[in-house]
Amino acid sequence: MADVLACLLHRDLLLALRNRSDVGTALLFFIIVTTLFPLGIGAEPALLRAIAPGVIWVAALLSSLLSLGRLFAADHADGTLEQMLLGAAPLGAVVAAKAFAHWLVSGLPLVVIAPLIALQYDLPSSLYGALALSLLLGTPVLSLIGAIGAALTLGLRGGGVLLALLVLPLYVPVLIMGAGGVEMAAAGMGAQGHLLLLGAMLVGAAVFAPWAIAAALRIATE
Amino acid sequence: MTAAGTRWFWYASPQTFYPLAGKMAPAFAIAAVVLAAAGLWVGLFVAPTDAQQGEAYRIIFIHVPAAWMSMFIYVVMAGWAALGLAFNTRLSGMMATALAPTGALFTFIALWTGSLWGKPTWGTYWVWDARLTSELILLFLYLGFMALQAAIDDPRRADRAGALLAIVGVINVPIIYFSVKWWNTLHQGASVSLKSAPTMAATMFAGMILMALAFWMYAIAVTLARVRCIIAERGA
Repeated sequence: MADVLACLLHRDLLLALRNRSDVGTALLFFIIVTTLFPLGIGAEPALLRAIAPGVIWVAALLSSLLSLGRLFAADHADGTLEQMLLGAAPLGAVVAAKAFAHWLVSGLPLVVIAPLIALQYDLPSSLYGALALSLLLGTPVLSLIGAIGAALTLGLRGGGVLLALLVLPLYVPVLIMGAGGVEMAAAGMGAQGHLLLLGAMLVGAAVFAPWAIAAALRIATE
Repeated sequence: MTAAGTRWFWYASPQTFYPLAGKMAPAFAIAAVVLAAAGLWVGLFVAPTDAQQGEAYRIIFIHVPAAWMSMFIYVVMAGWAALGLAFNTRLSGMMATALAPTGALFTFIALWTGSLWGKPTWGTYWVWDARLTSELILLFLYLGFMALQAAIDDPRRADRAGALLAIVGVINVPIIYFSVKWWNTLHQGASVSLKSAPTMAATMFAGMILMALAFWMYAIAVTLARVRCIIAERGA
């Protein structure tokens, strides 16, 4: 089974590498959204420092959402998805591998680029660790929850907007814990509690989400 | 299949449930009207004026039962959804679909009356209180459920996809509630608390319970009427 999963992961990453513009778009979107806030609100350093964790997290949510539509769409269109459903490898593990590949392509770049955005927002460098760690723990949860929505809306008209409507309310706890952790660290109280809760959400989502994604895919393709 | 087993599933078929729902809906509707009349009479004329909030508090006879129903209906909806996925009964999905608009309506009423109460009492229509915020997110969950079902043409797929979403949602509701609560205490923005409300007079409590029962009966009546429409629509 490990072979199948490694193969799947390799395939999805290779596909992403071949369609580099897809990957770049989500990252560029993240950067542009975070650039818009100072332009709209004003560039006072104190204000920017206060809103930085929230803005970066909201942008991460939206950016993750943007790339979710493609998670199953291409495989659904060319019939690969049906082969995965019929295949011997357990579907839960297959979708977990796909969600992991989605995170590597769409979530991990955000974790890497976030300190640069934080620099623009004049966030103290002592908070970069908390910010990156919160994104590292939180963005995989976004990929896992989002994959449920992507599977449910597979092949529907208006799928993109619908996906946002379904998934964004479910993202709320991740947003609160992610941005809250950085704010706690900024207040000098330590981000540990929030990061631990984010970790708990990651474990919970990693256990239950693949089951739900698999069920949603079976509903969508039957 | 034992005799008891067959009886258990007898009304799970839309054909047999349709006439039963037609008989039950008017009875529940009458009960709703009677209970609402009694509840409004107790609430508006019998219950004493509140010492701190004056007459403005009387909106709780609508607000609190609506808030209770908004959460309760989501759980019932998820329960029907789970039943539908487990037993593959067609009626369960229809019940979940029929419950969603009523739940969304109660959520909206709870938010609306809450803001009307908040203006004279708290001095503002909206505060980012944990309860208000999670109620708003609950409304989004209802609307998401309805939007997903509306976007799917095949009714069986709509039922099953909606069922899965309702179950995912019901697991998330407590997580959302507690995270919003912790977020709220972190921000310290809204210092008003519902806990500071004075202890309630017996007649106020009676009025609220009567209204809650009235809303309950209304929800059942409307859901049964709606499920009849859904059965007729699908020609089942």
